[in-house]
Amino acid sequence: MIYGEILAGGKGTRMGNLDMPKQFLTLQGKPIIIHTIEKFILNSRFDKILVATPKEWIHHTNDIISKWIGTEERIVVIQGGADRNETIMNGVRFIAETYGLCEEDVIVTHDAVRPFVTHRILQENIDAALEYGAVDTAIPAFDTIIEVGENGLITDIPIRDKMFQGQTPQSFNVKRLMEVYEGITPEQKAILTDACKMFVLRGHQVKVIRGEVFNGKITTPYDLKTAEALFEDKRVTK
Amino acid sequence: MINQVYRLVAPRRFEVAYQERSLPTDGVVVRPTHLSICAADQRYYTGTRGREVLAKKLPMALIHEGIGVVAYDRSGSLPVGTRVVMVPNLPTERDDVIAENYLRSSKFRSSGFDGFMQDYVFLPRDRVVQLPASMNAYVVAFLELISVSMHSIQRFAAKAHARRNVFGVWGDGNLGYISSLLLKRLYPASKVLLFGKTEEKLGRFSFVDEAYQVDRVPSTVSIDHAFECAGGIGSQSAINQIIDVINPEGYISILGVSEYPVEINTRMILEKGLTVVGSSRSGLKDFVTSVSFLEQHPDVVEYLQTLVGGVSEIRTMGDIPGAFELDLTSGWGKTIMEWNI
Repeated sequence: MIYGEILAGGKGTRMGNLDMPKQFLTLQGKPIIIHTIEKFILNSRFDKILVATPKEWIHHTNDIISKWIGTEERIVVIQGGADRNETIMNGVRFIAETYGLCEEDVIVTHDAVRPFVTHRILQENIDAALEYGAVDTAIPAFDTIIEVGENGLITDIPIRDKMFQGQTPQSFNVKRLMEVYEGITPEQKAILTDACKMFVLRGHQVKVIRGEVFNGKITTPYDLKTAEALFEDKRVTK
Repeated sequence: MINQVYRLVAPRRFEVAYQERSLPTDGVVVRPTHLSICAADQRYYTGTRGREVLAKKLPMALIHEGIGVVAYDRSGSLPVGTRVVMVPNLPTERDDVIAENYLRSSKFRSSGFDGFMQDYVFLPRDRVVQLPASMNAYVVAFLELISVSMHSIQRFAAKAHARRNVFGVWGDGNLGYISSLLLKRLYPASKVLLFGKTEEKLGRFSFVDEAYQVDRVPSTVSIDHAFECAGGIGSQSAINQIIDVINPEGYISILGVSEYPVEINTRMILEKGLTVVGSSRSGLKDFVTSVSFLEQHPDVVEYLQTLVGGVSEIRTMGDIPGAFELDLTSGWGKTIMEWNI
């Protein structure tokens, strides 16, 4: 089975004073999360599409899916976790309990707030997850990356050609993801904000597929304004 | 959802545009898989359409020949994954007399209306035709061009007189190849003569009864009806040669698009009582007829495979100009883009 998991567990603390989590804000008059779910729906390789959302927003999520998309049997709204990795793992646990696990099962996890994801990115994630077991999506770093110490001084400037900026989806063999997560300590879990890093720490290979510059995350009011501006070319014909 | 549309914004320059779309309650969403480059697309890409036309029509997604798979159909009448050919003509009114491709109100993809170079294409349900799963993808990628030829032959069949012993096809390019091949199969008892400029290309028309270079046509040659598939600057000499060799009351189908005003020998058209019919584009029923014809004639599909000149995989927007440049430098055939963007 091939699962999609749309990560909408965040509560948008970076979006300023807005009451609503950022994934529910509208872009072109439609909730951002709906744009993202629709892209997953159009890929027939997904057997199930999990949408992980904060507990108190589950009803709201179901309501807007019903309003904008209607009935789609592949979508299941589940409760997110305390942090990003816990949200992913809630999806994995749900799969294990509800559908059971097979060796070949893969999960494509994607930020709800990256609605510009393309068909190619999803296809390549699925293909690479089946082949490598762990996949990250990234674009080359255009800016120089600097590492800064606690004293505010540069400790390292890595070679830019080797630097990439991580995006999502991140995709995994489901069984291997469970094993890796169970194999790390609670202390490591607390500081690991990235699921692919768990694989790297445990010595597993992670395949990188090319993202798109426009597959950015809508996290701040500036991002939302920028995303809206992308639609301003009114000469687009339907 | 946010659909990515890959549009030509200026000659040789593409940009991605973003379009907000909802999953349709009526209509289908198709994921393109194979797209074919047409000469009309090249005229936009290279900028030969002229400054005024480009200013009016660009930015615009190119390509009106292509196939894909159904990604969404709420009605379920076309299951997800069904292989379809996309119909680029979009009528906005119904007319029982005038064919949809001649209605001035109809819209046409990659001609003032975004073509198929998109992440997903949204179409009314009657703008897709199901394809047999086994039919060669590179051939059906240019099914639109085949349907244009089929359309002109259907018009001929309905309008021309009944003596159909010898056909002449002018033009040794893609359309000439397709038209002479279809005529040969649709009228197996008739002779098909091919008239072209380039000796090497004429050698590819192994199935015609005779292939002539246009400057070496014996004076004894005559034909009952003609199909002009030359286009461009060659239209004028082709049409006038047809007028010279065609028998009285013959039917001349003009298919070749020309950017130039064409002078033709109207005196001889009158003296011979000829019928000259323009034929352009095609409609849904021509696609249906063409698919059915190819199903019944698998050998035609095999012949048409020899028209596949080049295949380019498109994974990024940066790959697109390469496919158009490859097409420009190809001496023969159609260039197909495997659409993996």
